[in-house]
Amino acid sequence: MTEPQLKQFESVPFSRIYSLGAARGNLVVTNDEVAGPIDSSDEWIRQRTGIITRRRADANQSLMDMAVSASRQAISRAGIEPSEIGAVIFSTISHPYQTPSAATQLTELIGASPAPAFDISAACAGYCYGIAQADSLVRSGVAKFVLVVGAERLSDFIDPTDRSISFLLGDGAGAAIVGPSDYPGIAKTVWGSDGAHWSSVSMTASLLELRDGSASWPTLRQDGQTVFRWAVWEMAKVAQQALDAAGVRADQLSALVTHQANIRIIDEMVKQLKLPDTVAVARDIVYTGNTSAASVPLAMDQLLVDGVVKSGGLALQIGFGAGLAFAAQVVVLP
Amino acid sequence: MALSQDEVLAGLAELVNEETGIDVDSVKLDKSFSNDLDIDSISMMTIVVNAEEKFGVKIPDEEVKNLMTVGDAVNFITSAQG
Repeated sequence: MTEPQLKQFESVPFSRIYSLGAARGNLVVTNDEVAGPIDSSDEWIRQRTGIITRRRADANQSLMDMAVSASRQAISRAGIEPSEIGAVIFSTISHPYQTPSAATQLTELIGASPAPAFDISAACAGYCYGIAQADSLVRSGVAKFVLVVGAERLSDFIDPTDRSISFLLGDGAGAAIVGPSDYPGIAKTVWGSDGAHWSSVSMTASLLELRDGSASWPTLRQDGQTVFRWAVWEMAKVAQQALDAAGVRADQLSALVTHQANIRIIDEMVKQLKLPDTVAVARDIVYTGNTSAASVPLAMDQLLVDGVVKSGGLALQIGFGAGLAFAAQVVVLP
Repeated sequence: MALSQDEVLAGLAELVNEETGIDVDSVKLDKSFSNDLDIDSISMMTIVVNAEEKFGVKIPDEEVKNLMTVGDAVNFITSAQG
């Protein structure tokens, strides 16, 4: 009797991002609207963060509404049917249920059931984590098309009197379809974590403390100086590693798309990487604010929509944030 | 060889000038970074990282919070040089 030989998935050589989709909060919130409770001003906020407006969801616009909208746009632009999606990866830190996941609901709403669906929690690095996973699923042959969504309704978790992060935050969703390719469209991901700084960006309290009455509604906080040092000088190294891993020089990029945390982080990183002027730098934070997991796809989509970059060019995308967690990869623009 | 306090002050004043445009002559030992020089936390961290490189010292995050005045920074850097 011969031993049975197991069948494994058959891999394909390459993957790429087929399309992006974007949805932002319906409300345009000005600096004047958030400045009062933090004893600040429009000028102070612009100077220190680059933000002029942030987009926030209105009362009738849920996290899932934005995720569905961005996903449908990405599916439509990719020219595929929802039923062809072989996995859904949903990155969020603001889904208001511990369980079930946001991903299974999204998958049902967009008509992609019974695709496997799961959430990931990697905060502002979440979309790039998702792209790394989607790349692996596609190239290993596990799924033909993967939907990656980064979506946040961070306005549910802010404290208007907090001067550390709340006034930066916005709401939105970005989506991408990843699928098989004739050429390498997603380079090696450089990713990792640094749990020694676990509390540098975090919630003010756990749900258990809320239940026990020892804390009020948990909201986001950050240690700005620590995060800034890490986000610029450590992440510049990671960005360079991602370029090296891809076999690409900075002057061969069409775009740099960083997590949209603060314009000064972005500008300082550009300086550290010695990027030439020919590389477009995403600065979607100016009008959208910091939307955590949604920020990288929203910022990349905006560059494409505005015609600043063209499909087929190379972009270095890097996400970094709470955890601390980070991920970077060079991709071919969809 | 370790730099003197005056040399550290002069070097630090250059870094402050590069980051903020503040005149080097305004960067004096008794000046507070935030209250007198109006340097915000992000600019402060940029100056700190550049100072680490310039003077070959380590300035941990938790130490940055104690550097209230230019003199605090000069003293820390001078002693950290060993």
